[in-house]
Amino acid sequence: MKKPESVIIELAPRFEVGAKAAVQNTQLRRNMGKATQTIRGKRAGVVDELADWESLRVAGQHIKDDVMQHLDTYLIQLEATVTQSGGHVHWAKDAHEANEIVTRLIKATGSTEIIKVKSLTTDEIRLNEALELAGITAIETDLAELIIQLAHEKSSHILVPAIHKNRSEIRALFQKSMNLPDLTDEPKELAAAARQFLRDKFMSVRVATSGANFAIAETGSVCVVESEGNGRMCLTMPEVLITVMGIEKILPRWQDLGVFMQLLPRSSTGERMNPYTSIWTGVHADDGPQEFHLVLLDNGRSDVLADAVGRQTLHCIRCSACINVCPVYERTGGHAYGSVYPGPIGAILTPQLVGTAHADSLPYASSLCGACYDVCPVRINIPEVLVHLRGKVVAEKQTQPQSWFDGENLGMKAMATTFAHRTTYELAQHAGQLAQWPFVHDGYIENGPGPLGKWTAMRDFPAIPAQSFRDWWRERQRDE
Amino acid sequence: MLAKIRTAINTGDRGDFHEAHTSAPYITNDDGNVAVRIELFAHRVAEYKAWVGHCTAAGIAQAVAERLVIRGKKRMVIPSDLPDSWLSPGVEYIRDSQLDRTVIAGMDGVLSGAALGIAQTGTIVLDGGRFQGRRMISLLPDYHLCIIRAQDIVGVVPEAFAQLATTMQIPMQPYTFISGPSATSDIELNRVEGVHGPRTLDVFIVE
Amino acid sequence: MQVALFITCFNDTLFPNTGKAVVSIVERLGHQVIFPEEQTCCGQMHFNTGYQAEAMPLIRRFVEIFSQYEAIVSPSASCVGMVRDMYRFAAEVHHDTKLANEVALLAERVYEFSEFIVNRLGIQDVGAYYPHRVTYHPTCHSLRGIKVGDAPEQLLRAVRGIDYVPLTQSNECCGFGGTFAVKNADTSMAMLGDKIRHILDTRAEVCVAADNSCLMHIGGALHRQRSGVRIAHLAEILAAQE
Ligand code: SF4
Repeated sequence: MKKPESVIIELAPRFEVGAKAAVQNTQLRRNMGKATQTIRGKRAGVVDELADWESLRVAGQHIKDDVMQHLDTYLIQLEATVTQSGGHVHWAKDAHEANEIVTRLIKATGSTEIIKVKSLTTDEIRLNEALELAGITAIETDLAELIIQLAHEKSSHILVPAIHKNRSEIRALFQKSMNLPDLTDEPKELAAAARQFLRDKFMSVRVATSGANFAIAETGSVCVVESEGNGRMCLTMPEVLITVMGIEKILPRWQDLGVFMQLLPRSSTGERMNPYTSIWTGVHADDGPQEFHLVLLDNGRSDVLADAVGRQTLHCIRCSACINVCPVYERTGGHAYGSVYPGPIGAILTPQLVGTAHADSLPYASSLCGACYDVCPVRINIPEVLVHLRGKVVAEKQTQPQSWFDGENLGMKAMATTFAHRTTYELAQHAGQLAQWPFVHDGYIENGPGPLGKWTAMRDFPAIPAQSFRDWWRERQRDE
Repeated sequence: MLAKIRTAINTGDRGDFHEAHTSAPYITNDDGNVAVRIELFAHRVAEYKAWVGHCTAAGIAQAVAERLVIRGKKRMVIPSDLPDSWLSPGVEYIRDSQLDRTVIAGMDGVLSGAALGIAQTGTIVLDGGRFQGRRMISLLPDYHLCIIRAQDIVGVVPEAFAQLATTMQIPMQPYTFISGPSATSDIELNRVEGVHGPRTLDVFIVE
Repeated sequence: MQVALFITCFNDTLFPNTGKAVVSIVERLGHQVIFPEEQTCCGQMHFNTGYQAEAMPLIRRFVEIFSQYEAIVSPSASCVGMVRDMYRFAAEVHHDTKLANEVALLAERVYEFSEFIVNRLGIQDVGAYYPHRVTYHPTCHSLRGIKVGDAPEQLLRAVRGIDYVPLTQSNECCGFGGTFAVKNADTSMAMLGDKIRHILDTRAEVCVAADNSCLMHIGGALHRQRSGVRIAHLAEILAAQE
């Protein structure tokens, strides 16, 4: 499953390196702290309101379990229902194939410009870059995507790609790129500027691309959940609509939307319902695009499906609740993850899509605090998957000869041997008590040797007491 | 691709180790009081910063007329099947029969009916059916005045999907769920009203 | 009742006073403590860092040593979580159904110290006296991992003379996370910085938790800053008497 040419990971440094730079950026930390605190509070409020929230989560998990168990069947069913409704279905095994299909379809329309609804899947396959090479301009219509596109930056959040920017930074950007010198930093005015800027495009561009939040196998319906109305514009105004969807986004039945349309909005933007949801089925006579293509994308997903523990990662509905609640993400921001998928979901999804060998620092980008698992609307046990992936990283590392000289590997092995017998363990305890004395001051070690130095570089380490618990216990037994 | 998926389904099966979680079934309908449900709907829609009013079936034209005066809207696009009895004098109504998009975009607003309402979330559902018209007409104008019948308001989200399933036709209609005016949370994660969809939403509940 | 103490290698070596406190409280409540001396380490650090092959013998060893006891009590929520949740998972990864069955039987008899006192014994007041200002940090493993709920707070509130001050944003991770504290030291310290600020805001003399590992991290920074605020395991507060 090695994909060095993969389209997901940018040439990013290891997580801890990117994170180090990010935690030192105080403006970024302030923006992130404020934004994540706000959204956490909102989510908790609307989730507490539902008496059956836990039941909904379990239902969501069960539906997704069933999807994964019968993914082949549901995909075939979806292809049939979409085709019957006048749509066309394409299968893309990787990013390259998907980009080729989309490029070909756009070229066939003769259009050199498309409008896009925010879609992580098209970010994942880097569709915009592929289109640019083919001479096609992709215009992002989601406010945050537009901000990112105008700033020539990378997304730092799956739902709010410009979460790292505050209002005055956005204002400065719009003033410059939209030529609006008098613009204030009132969010309402900033939004109005975007409305003005994109209206012409919505009225005239003939082709749109989108992702999909859900697709219903039973009916062939595709669902896009959004806020601003740019989604409705892209799904309604053009002549041709091309939707790129990961194969895991499928839901078996129409009624399943009754579960997911409660889980998703409350988990993502912390609202009872998002402003707009569009559900369409193939093409509708005299209403909306008269040509519809659905591209079903694998791009590593079947590899994830084949991993018993990792599979649950495919349940993800990209709500971003885990990201918003993550204390690590709050400090580092999204860019440190070097992927279109940041935060806890990124830490488990990216290494699985590109292979752990190409993202071996990501499974460690977590303190395993479990906040993500608690909020995940489909109950993905993220800490469990992280630990599982760490196991893969180490197992891979241990097949390399370099591991014979790797301090961590050697240390871990030595400790495991020590712990294997009570006698060696007790010997080690006593050795530690003796060896530490040159470093101890006032009951603490402030400047430790070797690996301990990594700890004491940041904070003090308590000295090992002269008597272990077990020695005390033995003494007590003797005395009795 | 399918062959690979099939192999993966089998290799990745968790078998005996799969943790089975059971819990009470989620709520699929609200059997509460109708008046409470309608009150909740009105309240929840208003929380999205939409305006909500009540009127009788016979009083729709009157209510619409008053509302449009307050909003200062004079040229409204309407679905081709909207009843004449809803229309008030003093306002120019243009029926949509494949009108050009620039004409629709140039209108002051749109007046439409609705397929369903969901009380729990303050959501209006359009299905392109009775009194609703094409998706484009409720999208391009900056103002949407929506008339919903009290008996079309359901309690919870699963009820809405169950209800829509009963009215589904082949070929299927397109559905649009509207919860308040167009909004974005993209600036510092605060909801601000008004991006590409109608920036003002008024709703009448007909009892 | 006979209570087998699972001290954990970490507390055995670095925080023996916590073990002594647990022994004194359990005995004070009229139960007998047994200390299976063969125990070493539950394998948590190895397993969670990815050294699963190395952790497996430790896991099997633990199960063998402890499966004969009626109640197993530990003053470490994270090690309890390891046994209760991750052992099952470890058995799965190694396709070991026999181990999985043994773990299932063992897991329900393993208790974190505060949950044993409050939920199993049904006691909130253990007769402690501690006239100091104290705040409590619910560690991730006690709060979200094994879900001890408010058992520690119930115990603390029943202590005579105590001035208990709740911590703001208490549910947030302190940034320890085992090897995370070293592998991602910068992020870990950024998280710790916020935790320390909240602790200092309470003006407490002592910060209490159900895991000495997190406390070592918190205490390490409190000590480096010469803040004067001490750390103590919950059991040590509850063991204190007039
Ligand atoms: S992993 Fe869960 S919480 Fe995170 S984005 Fe996916 S569905 Fe949401």
